[in-house]
Amino acid sequence: MTMPAATTRRSVPVRRWRSAFLRSRLGVRITSIDARYLQIGFLGSFLLFGALARDFALRPEQVVLTFAAALLTQLAGARLTGLPGHSLLSAAVTALGLSILVRADSLWVHPLVAMLAIGAKFVIRWNGKHLYNPANLGVMIALLLLPGAWISPGQWGSDMLLALWVATFGVTVSASARRFDIAWAFLAIYVGLLALRIVYLGARWAVLENQLSSGALILFTFFMITDPMTTPNHRLMRFVYAAIVAIGAFVWTYVFFSTNGLVWALFLATPLVPLLDRLMPAAKFQWRPPAASPLAGLPASTG
Amino acid sequence: MLKRAMVAVVIAVAPVLSGVPEAAAFCGFYVGKADTSLFNEASQVILARDGWRTTLSMMNDYKGEPSDFALVVPVPVVLRRDQVKVIEKKTFDRLDAYSAPRLAEYFDDDPCLPRVLPSPMASSAPDTVRRRGADALGVKVEDSFSVGEYDIVILSARESDGLETWLVQNGYRIPSGAAPALRPYILQGMKFFVAKVNLKAQARTGAQFLRPLQFSFDSEKFMLPMRLGMINATGPQDLIVYVLSREGRVESTNYRTVKLPANMTLPTYLRDGRQFTDFYKTMFDQQARRENYKVVFTEYFWDMSWCDPCAADPLSREELLAAGVSWLPPDGGPPPSSQPGRRPPLPPSAANPVMLTRLHVRYTPESFPEDLAFQETKDRQNFQARYVLQHPWRGSPDKCKAASDYLKALRERQDREARALANLTGWDINDIRRQQSRAPAVTPR
Repeated sequence: MTMPAATTRRSVPVRRWRSAFLRSRLGVRITSIDARYLQIGFLGSFLLFGALARDFALRPEQVVLTFAAALLTQLAGARLTGLPGHSLLSAAVTALGLSILVRADSLWVHPLVAMLAIGAKFVIRWNGKHLYNPANLGVMIALLLLPGAWISPGQWGSDMLLALWVATFGVTVSASARRFDIAWAFLAIYVGLLALRIVYLGARWAVLENQLSSGALILFTFFMITDPMTTPNHRLMRFVYAAIVAIGAFVWTYVFFSTNGLVWALFLATPLVPLLDRLMPAAKFQWRPPAASPLAGLPASTG
Repeated sequence: MLKRAMVAVVIAVAPVLSGVPEAAAFCGFYVGKADTSLFNEASQVILARDGWRTTLSMMNDYKGEPSDFALVVPVPVVLRRDQVKVIEKKTFDRLDAYSAPRLAEYFDDDPCLPRVLPSPMASSAPDTVRRRGADALGVKVEDSFSVGEYDIVILSARESDGLETWLVQNGYRIPSGAAPALRPYILQGMKFFVAKVNLKAQARTGAQFLRPLQFSFDSEKFMLPMRLGMINATGPQDLIVYVLSREGRVESTNYRTVKLPANMTLPTYLRDGRQFTDFYKTMFDQQARRENYKVVFTEYFWDMSWCDPCAADPLSREELLAAGVSWLPPDGGPPPSSQPGRRPPLPPSAANPVMLTRLHVRYTPESFPEDLAFQETKDRQNFQARYVLQHPWRGSPDKCKAASDYLKALRERQDREARALANLTGWDINDIRRQQSRAPAVTPR
């Protein structure tokens, strides 16, 4: 395979710097740990920030119940299907994601959503992978099927500093999850469309700033669409997928004037993943990098 | 801990919104023919929405000469005559009184008496248009008609400069900078509702003020075109939106929606005169400033089929219809409430399936760069901006052992109340303590 597109564009000093960093003791350490620990740290601090500083309208019991339901469902599912137990990490990531996104006026909604979302990982499968991103599926179940459940896209406020902080952290996570590419592809296309809209309407750039500094967009970009298990295996197909989701979300929001365009677009585009995987097959993602060579899979190391 | 037995409840409704200053517009701008600069400071809107069915009512608090009044509002569709109505101001007053921030009073029991169970909450509340040149400008007069005291034109436009020119040629003095603000609406296919006052018709109505305009339409857009109203804004403006919906609480999708700090116990001197109104205004100022004018505040959310206690009589079926609620069951609405105040709790599906969300936005042109978009959530947890006064028992510490314990706990509670008030308003804590110590005794009614 030829050198990945993102790497060819990177200037020589940056490539050297990155390469040196990754070979350093710290770099090796960071890239060899399971990216989900970083994800958990990232989402956990986000949840904490929301609960403490943003009045997320979330009760501690709801978080506890979400975790309990997610972990138990994962354990039960793993036992029944014989999948590896370390997927508990994934269940914790999903539980955090659902706690951050789903709002409910009762205590039963969160655990039910977590149970159905994780349960679907064991039931809706194709080619050795689960089809839906569990957090995305959970949000859709809450939106469409459950009474007294909703999501609040405006809950983050528009605080540029927070957004940057989260983005940086998100980059680290997705970089070590090696699905950095889809996040940037999605962001470039989606933000490009938003910018074109501003130019077309002659609106002020402050509008774009308000749209970009939403925590929801950043969380979606660096956490949901970057899920390596539910996106196409081949890089080019991931770009195609990112474009479909970005255009879908844009049309949903700014042509049809509907809410929650990002989660809807991802949900509706998900059935395309098996198709894209068939068009261009590639190796399935492994959460745990091979112990012998932690750098083997990184694009930068090939340059 | 201090025991708080409730021996009586009095709800005082604060007329927080009365006396809104100057002329205002939110969903459009007022275009005056006089050179007096027009301020937009506060506006009220009722937005009733079920599916795509939307009814928007706008309260004019225009204070100038009626002959100078004109209003331009972007609307998603061409409105026909039967979609535009004039409604009475009292619909707004009723919704305001029903949902206004309020004060609740409770009285401490005599600590020396045997403790009685709290009584259930007692009842409440004393409580013709020129078409010349239009085509050349790309402006099309889609329709023109009169409703009540207003002459109305519905325009569609191809480009904003043409629309601006048309408005100027037809005698509307529109604020400078209007064209760029009009452009996004034109490009999104929106039409323009333009209203002027017909002086003869107004004389016939005998009304001293301009009555609110209401229009109904079907649109996927659940939003308020507030950007136009910012053209002639000089500082922060206030917007109150009463959203009537079927399923649940309504919130903004593109700005953060937060509940105002509420339900805390505050020093009892706030019950006197204008103290509570002052408190509420200052508290709102403070909260809005802390959020950099970037949030939408929820002041009230309640299922309108019941309230307990009600600060004002619930709206009747006729009043709900007047406010634009289109989804009431055909008949068998609620029995007319002859006795004011509390009504029996009914399941939400019964009676009137109407939810009222009261949103209060203080915004600047910079802090709200795009129009306010909404969504209806499935949240049904009631909320009101309600503040509690807990009147102390006034007696001698020597009366019994419990009395001295009570008075000690009371001092701690009053200190907490003072600090809560200082934190909410930014008022000097020493001033608060001084006023607190001078607060007259209030006896349960």
